[in-house]
Amino acid sequence: MKVKMLSRNPDNYVRETKLDLQRVPRNYDPTLHPFEVPREYIRALNATKLERVFAKPFLASLDGHRDGVNCLAKHPKSLATVLSGACDGEVRIWNLTKRKCIRTVQAHEGFVRGICTRFCGTSFFTVGDDKTVKQWKMDGPGYGEEEEPLHTILGKTVYTGIDHHWKEAVFVTCGQQVDIWDEQRTSPICSMTWGFDSISSVKFNPIETFLLGSCASDRNIVLYDMRQATPLKKVILDMRTNTICWNPMEAFIFTAANEDYNLYTFDMRALDTPVMVHMDHVSAVLDVDYSPTGKEFVSASFDKSIRIFPVDKSRSREVYHTKRMQHVICVKWTSDSKYIMCGSDEMNIRLWKANASEKLGVLTSREKAAKDYNQKLKEKFQHHPHIKRIARHRHLPKSIYSQIQEQRIMKEARRRKEVNRLKHSKPGSVSIVSEKKKHIVAVVK
Amino acid sequence: KPRMDRNCFAAGTEIAFLSASAPGPCERETAEMSVVRAAESLLALSQQEELEDLPKDYPLSPSEDEVGDTCLKREVLSPAKMWGSVLYSALPNFRWKLAERSEASLKVSEFNVTSEGSGEKLVLSDLLGPVKTSSSLATVKKQLNRVKSKKTVELPLNKEEVERIHREVAFNKTSQALSKWDPIILKNRQAEQLVFPLKKEQSAFAPIEHVLSGWKARTPLEQEVFNLLHKNKQPVTDPLLTPVEKASLKAMSLEEAKMRRAELQRARALQSYYEARARREKKIKSKKYHKVLKKGKARKALREFEKLQKANPTAALEELEKIEKARMMERMSLKHQNSGKWAKSKAIMAKYDLEARQAMQEQLARNKELTQKLQVASDSEEEEEGAEEEGELVPDAVNEIQMDANGPNPWMLRNHLRGTGEAKVRDPEKLPEPVAHEASESEEEERPGAEEEILLNEFEERRSLRKKSTLNQDTEPVSRQEPKDSSSKEVLSELRALSQKLNRENQQCGKQNMSSTRTVPAVQREEPAEVEEEPLLLQRPERAHTVEELEELGKEECFQNKEVPKPMGEGQQSERNPNNQPGTPKEKKRKEEMIDLQNLLTTKSPSVKSLAVPTTVEELEDEEERDQKRMIKEAFAGDDVIRDFLKEKREAVEASKPKDVDLTLPGWGEWGGMGLKPSAKKRRRFLIKTPEGPPRKDKNLPNVIINEKRNVHAAAHQVRVLPYPFTHHQQFERTIQTPIGSTWNTQRAFQKLTTPKVVTKPGHIIKPIKAEDVGYRSSSRSDLSVVQRNPKQLSIRHKKQLKKNSVD
Repeated sequence: MKVKMLSRNPDNYVRETKLDLQRVPRNYDPTLHPFEVPREYIRALNATKLERVFAKPFLASLDGHRDGVNCLAKHPKSLATVLSGACDGEVRIWNLTKRKCIRTVQAHEGFVRGICTRFCGTSFFTVGDDKTVKQWKMDGPGYGEEEEPLHTILGKTVYTGIDHHWKEAVFVTCGQQVDIWDEQRTSPICSMTWGFDSISSVKFNPIETFLLGSCASDRNIVLYDMRQATPLKKVILDMRTNTICWNPMEAFIFTAANEDYNLYTFDMRALDTPVMVHMDHVSAVLDVDYSPTGKEFVSASFDKSIRIFPVDKSRSREVYHTKRMQHVICVKWTSDSKYIMCGSDEMNIRLWKANASEKLGVLTSREKAAKDYNQKLKEKFQHHPHIKRIARHRHLPKSIYSQIQEQRIMKEARRRKEVNRLKHSKPGSVSIVSEKKKHIVAVVK
Repeated sequence: KPRMDRNCFAAGTEIAFLSASAPGPCERETAEMSVVRAAESLLALSQQEELEDLPKDYPLSPSEDEVGDTCLKREVLSPAKMWGSVLYSALPNFRWKLAERSEASLKVSEFNVTSEGSGEKLVLSDLLGPVKTSSSLATVKKQLNRVKSKKTVELPLNKEEVERIHREVAFNKTSQALSKWDPIILKNRQAEQLVFPLKKEQSAFAPIEHVLSGWKARTPLEQEVFNLLHKNKQPVTDPLLTPVEKASLKAMSLEEAKMRRAELQRARALQSYYEARARREKKIKSKKYHKVLKKGKARKALREFEKLQKANPTAALEELEKIEKARMMERMSLKHQNSGKWAKSKAIMAKYDLEARQAMQEQLARNKELTQKLQVASDSEEEEEGAEEEGELVPDAVNEIQMDANGPNPWMLRNHLRGTGEAKVRDPEKLPEPVAHEASESEEEERPGAEEEILLNEFEERRSLRKKSTLNQDTEPVSRQEPKDSSSKEVLSELRALSQKLNRENQQCGKQNMSSTRTVPAVQREEPAEVEEEPLLLQRPERAHTVEELEELGKEECFQNKEVPKPMGEGQQSERNPNNQPGTPKEKKRKEEMIDLQNLLTTKSPSVKSLAVPTTVEELEDEEERDQKRMIKEAFAGDDVIRDFLKEKREAVEASKPKDVDLTLPGWGEWGGMGLKPSAKKRRRFLIKTPEGPPRKDKNLPNVIINEKRNVHAAAHQVRVLPYPFTHHQQFERTIQTPIGSTWNTQRAFQKLTTPKVVTKPGHIIKPIKAEDVGYRSSSRSDLSVVQRNPKQLSIRHKKQLKKNSVD
């Protein structure tokens, strides 16, 4: 008599190697896994707490400059290379992986006002207080060679900023006017002015490369078209704009860092209302740079902190500060969108993680899945009060903290006054101006 | 001729005025007032023309011509220097001297009229001579005409204005150009996931020789090393690959290799698939399956053979030979004789088991078929054979019926009957044919079977049954007509009654009718939910019954009683009915099939109406009001809002009351087990009564339910306001309630649910988006080339356009 037995294929339950995971058959019957929402809520809470626990964004400080760092530039081809110009006219090239300075150039007398790299990454340009524009080779001088610029252009006025075209051998400088230069010539091929004022910064649009934006000390932002060699439009704000930055993924969006502690994101086609007003800084915003993904940007402020803003949010999602970091003058988001660099008054360049609690290095697939899951959980439960409180909690230096309180009181007072005025005046005589419109003085065609 | 002269003079005067505009009106002061006035008017005219501010051409009107004429006539008498040159030319003994510019002078007229003679004196005698035309004046006239006909050149805009217009035009152009990005940006903003870098870079493969060739030894150390290498004739910049290797690399391109690999992979996959399938099929134990498979194969082979025969007779012959050979082999092997182990066992079983017997038969048939000498004959024979073979394949359904030869399966039978019955209801005329057909079919099927007699008997039975049913059905239409008629009559009468507003007597009658006809028990009347059942019951007494129908129904009922467990409602009704009306149950049974939906619907509303009618009190009220009330009552017949609310409130109060806690443990201190309950004393002892809470807030508010459920501790974890992107709290709750973890989702779903919004590759440079990446044509012209064009030299047309833009 034959006895029939149930038999299983061992392939279905025996793992191949010891390192493999045990295969566990799962039953997805929801009755077997009750309390979905509370369990996920707890998981989200834990994930949020852990995120705060692991939030250690500071990576390194690059020291070596002997004066405040005035400008920073990314290498277009190499992630590890960063260029910085200091207030004593010294330009340094850094290797981020080694966290060392690999080259030092005494480029100018006085400040290095601006620095930019050529799109191919073979050379870079600097402008300084000595009224010169200099082009340098990216590689150091060969053995026995002198450290000398490739070209030097002597100008009549001080140049305060420089930017290179994203595709062609053209660069632009600003000072009394906006000059567009061919690399091969010693005189500008085109000069554009609109009124006489010192222009502090000029930037090429990375997508529509013939577009330029500049900001001047008479509180305006001017847009130029290089092809038609004419300015396009001018918007005058309440206070001076220090610099602007174009969104690298959205051709007509740019963000302006303003002296009135705010940043303004504009759609260049409709300058009369900014798309978003980003408020959180408690002092003048000095520099701004977009993440290469175009979803966020980082701003450097005189209040000794840098903040990361989502493009579509008016409040920052992150604030970085250290005890020793003084007024941050320049900031850059690296081209792999993972790190942030900032140069500050006290001669250091600091390297930060863009995501404060991100784990560096290679992740295993399980780690990645867990990270994604936690991220989604945090997103899902972000509106719950406990989680929101924990996720928003940041430690701030006392000065910033107190200033925030102070400004909140001031703002509240202003609001109250406005409301009162509205209440006690003839209906229709006083209208409430929205926060977006409030800071725009005029748009000049 | 004089007309012409006059024209000439008119022209001359004007020219003079033109030239005289510079000297001023001092001379004119001495002249007559009228002259002065005329001259001034002319001067004004000429000045106007000179300024060229007029928007359009200013044609010389005849009246002005006249003015010029009279003016000249008078002017002739008055000596005036300014007329000099012109008037001289008109004189007979005056020869016109063409002005030739030989040196720079300030007195140059643009009309080729010199003011040379301005210094000379005019003598009266010169003027006295007859006036003659001179041909030389024609040129002057022509010029004058040209001047007149010329359009005025517009005043150039000031520089700022022009720049503003330039800017505006440029801005509009640029914004338009930028608008092409709108769809892409929108798409990227809404994208579920964005993977950066957007464009996948092809990793450039740089052979090491290329890298080496670009590098030179510079430092002394490097040079030394190179010297050493050179001395030993080591390859320095030579290709590191040997020619053979290079050739082999070239032999197969990457694509080719990929394709080949893919092909191989596919072949392997196919092979493994077929292997797996074969293995699987081999493992199947079902004999039936294999049988069917084998037969299918045989049939297929046969079909192919036929096809082959038509297409290629020679090949068919060969095939035939093969078949013959197989037959011979079969004969030799005795495989299908009843000599095997299986066959022997079956032979034993065949006595008792129908299936075994059948299998034996099948095998024998097969043996017969195989061992029969194959004759290459006509196709028809073969077909017959095939038909026979098919005939042997008795369908399972028939077999099953055969098995229950002594007592036919009620399920099968019922189905069968039902089906036929339905068919008959549909078209009673057509019925006999399909039945006969079916019967013949079944007969055919059964013929080759073993137990022919039994089967035949059985089928006879069934046929007789069927005939009976058909007979019944034939009688049915007649009987059915009547109930329908009666029901429609009822409806009609009720409608009529409603429309004519029945008087009380009628109603009372109706009431009486109702009470007499109603079969609803008292219990049912209390429940409003069961009102709907009434129409069915109402109809009953009025329906006529034929004897045949009753008989038939009775028969069917006894069938159904055997077969089907009746649905609950039906059962109740059938229970209920006999009490009141002994005649109805049979009819009720039938009712399901008899009364179709249409019937039901039509009778439903009148029944409701008939319910509503007696409750209305209408002694002195208007008819309209009554109507209205009734309408409302009809509309809201089912719902009693107030009672519902009270019930709800009671429930809410009950639910919110704190529950007592029972801490009794059965079996603790006494006997426990099935059916044993802890004693009352113990229960009393361990029952903790919760203290009565504060009174409900809505205790004294009869129309309000106040929910006091809010838990303060839970509130800390609850979202208070609806977050931004959501428009309704249900949306938000739904997102919260759907779990995303792998505990509740399959791996695939989990991965899908947790995809991050932005994915970046570590160590990759993310470049700004490019027009080419997203399928746009980037501006082909270089930005630089346009810059070098001088923007100041704009064409007139462009300027005009600018002007137009500025006006707009």
